Amino acid sequence: MIEFRTLLYKEVLRFWKVGFQTVAAPVLSALLYLLIFSHVLDAQVKVNGVPYAAFLIPGLVMMSLVQNAFANSSSSLIQSKITGSVVFVLLPPISYVEFFLAYVVAAMLRGLMVGLGVLVVTGFFAPLTFIAPQWILIFALLGGGILGAFGMIAGIWADKFDQLAGFQNFLIMPLTMLSGVFYSIHSLPAFWQQVSHLNPVFYMIDGFRFGFFGVSDVAPEISLMVVAMSFFVVSAATLALLRSGYKLRY
Amino acid sequence: MGVAVSIEQVEKRFGRLQALDGVSLQIAEGEFFGLLGPNGAGKTTLISCLAGLVRPDAGKIRVLGRDVVADYRAARRLLGVVPQELVFDPFFSVRETLRIQSGYFGIRNNDDWIDEILANLDLTSKAETNMRRLSGGMKRRVLVAQALVHKPPVIVLDEPTAGVDVELRQGLWHFVQRLNREGHTVILTTHYLEEAEALCGRIAMLKQGQVVALDTMSNLLAQFPGHTLSVALTADVALPEVLRAQATEVDGRWQFRLAGFEEIEPLLRAMREAGCVIDDMRLAQADLEDVFVGVMQGKGQRAGNENSGVAQ
Repeated sequence: MIEFRTLLYKEVLRFWKVGFQTVAAPVLSALLYLLIFSHVLDAQVKVNGVPYAAFLIPGLVMMSLVQNAFANSSSSLIQSKITGSVVFVLLPPISYVEFFLAYVVAAMLRGLMVGLGVLVVTGFFAPLTFIAPQWILIFALLGGGILGAFGMIAGIWADKFDQLAGFQNFLIMPLTMLSGVFYSIHSLPAFWQQVSHLNPVFYMIDGFRFGFFGVSDVAPEISLMVVAMSFFVVSAATLALLRSGYKLRY
Repeated sequence: MGVAVSIEQVEKRFGRLQALDGVSLQIAEGEFFGLLGPNGAGKTTLISCLAGLVRPDAGKIRVLGRDVVADYRAARRLLGVVPQELVFDPFFSVRETLRIQSGYFGIRNNDDWIDEILANLDLTSKAETNMRRLSGGMKRRVLVAQALVHKPPVIVLDEPTAGVDVELRQGLWHFVQRLNREGHTVILTTHYLEEAEALCGRIAMLKQGQVVALDTMSNLLAQFPGHTLSVALTADVALPEVLRAQATEVDGRWQFRLAGFEEIEPLLRAMREAGCVIDDMRLAQADLEDVFVGVMQGKGQRAGNENSGVAQ
């Protein structure tokens, strides 16, 4: 238990010591998105009866949350692999389950901190409601967990920073940007609606948004099922990698 | 004395390279044990298998009876490993690094011992300094400190003095010898053979993943008895052919291997009669380097098990 807590503490301290870059910067990016899009669209657009700026906020919160959860575990692992300092966590008696939990919980914490930061600063610009906070919380936790675990897979797999950047730019960015952060998928042509339904991030954002406004593109129970399933699949894959020692223990 | 580390028929292959080819050795509790061999001989792979960083393809390794794979948590608590690469976590100070490392081994409130390690490694004044600001030698000391936070009964040092200045090297050995006297088993790999000769009670030599020599230091040195007479001549008269055949030329000096002191006088007489003038002369005893070169050139036989040393 002390082993797990120490690794978690170290992982949190790692991003907290460079908090300007890891927490403040993504909050500012999300705020800029909000200012630009809401300035252009707020007067003209309502989505599911919600003013556009208010509709956008939960999407931006969730997008920032999952992107930062992914960035945390993946960059921590690849940095320590490339510098060699990963031996400090491989030599001690830390089980692969503790290893998994520490990295994922730290990633969730960074994601939640960024998400909360985005919520606080963007909340000044639009009236928000919190109709079902339990949905907000559960989707925030699961979204952070999934991307935190996924970041571990990417960080373990990648040997170089550009491989990780490829992962981030060609997979995570499209999955999050095309998940209904900026629009309701009902506004898309039928084909792209179908494609969006294959994207787990869509369900994270849709369910998360339901918690605020009580309206969503699909029923929150269905979103929860998809998101929970994704969490178990990604976690099981990450645990299997760690157990095998893939690219960590040769 | 119990067995601190037992290595049985360990094999490891990386692609086409057979890094370890059936390595077996036993290291007793309290030993100061040296692991020598040229680059690529398998020393670091063997240590990595012991530390759980590399998984052997075959064979078993136990630390104080605990299997490093099946019972890895117990085995790792018993081991303190100083890695060969100069690695550090740039986010933390020296003290934070050591506190975190203690926590990884399940230890809280370890500051008394951390302070003692810091004092012994002459790091007290750097305790609150960020790792990035330390010199290479200082970072190396922190690596040693990290390996000791959990007071491991078995300490493994993988080339700890590479690129380290003389003062630190001596300070480090002083501390490690003290730990050894207090009962810690020490396993050392090094390229500095004088260091191994001065410190280690027993030596294993690896070559291409196999143990080619395994014996006590005194037995190993006895394998290559005798002395070396090293002579520098003035340029006036060259060494006669008949004597050249018995000697090897090293840096402009002629070296004769002697089985005993009685061989000196006939050599000197032959030189005198040929008109050679001796400019400088030295007599040296065979050292570990001679043994190492001899073994690596195949003058010793492979040691298959714990009890066989280098055969004559």
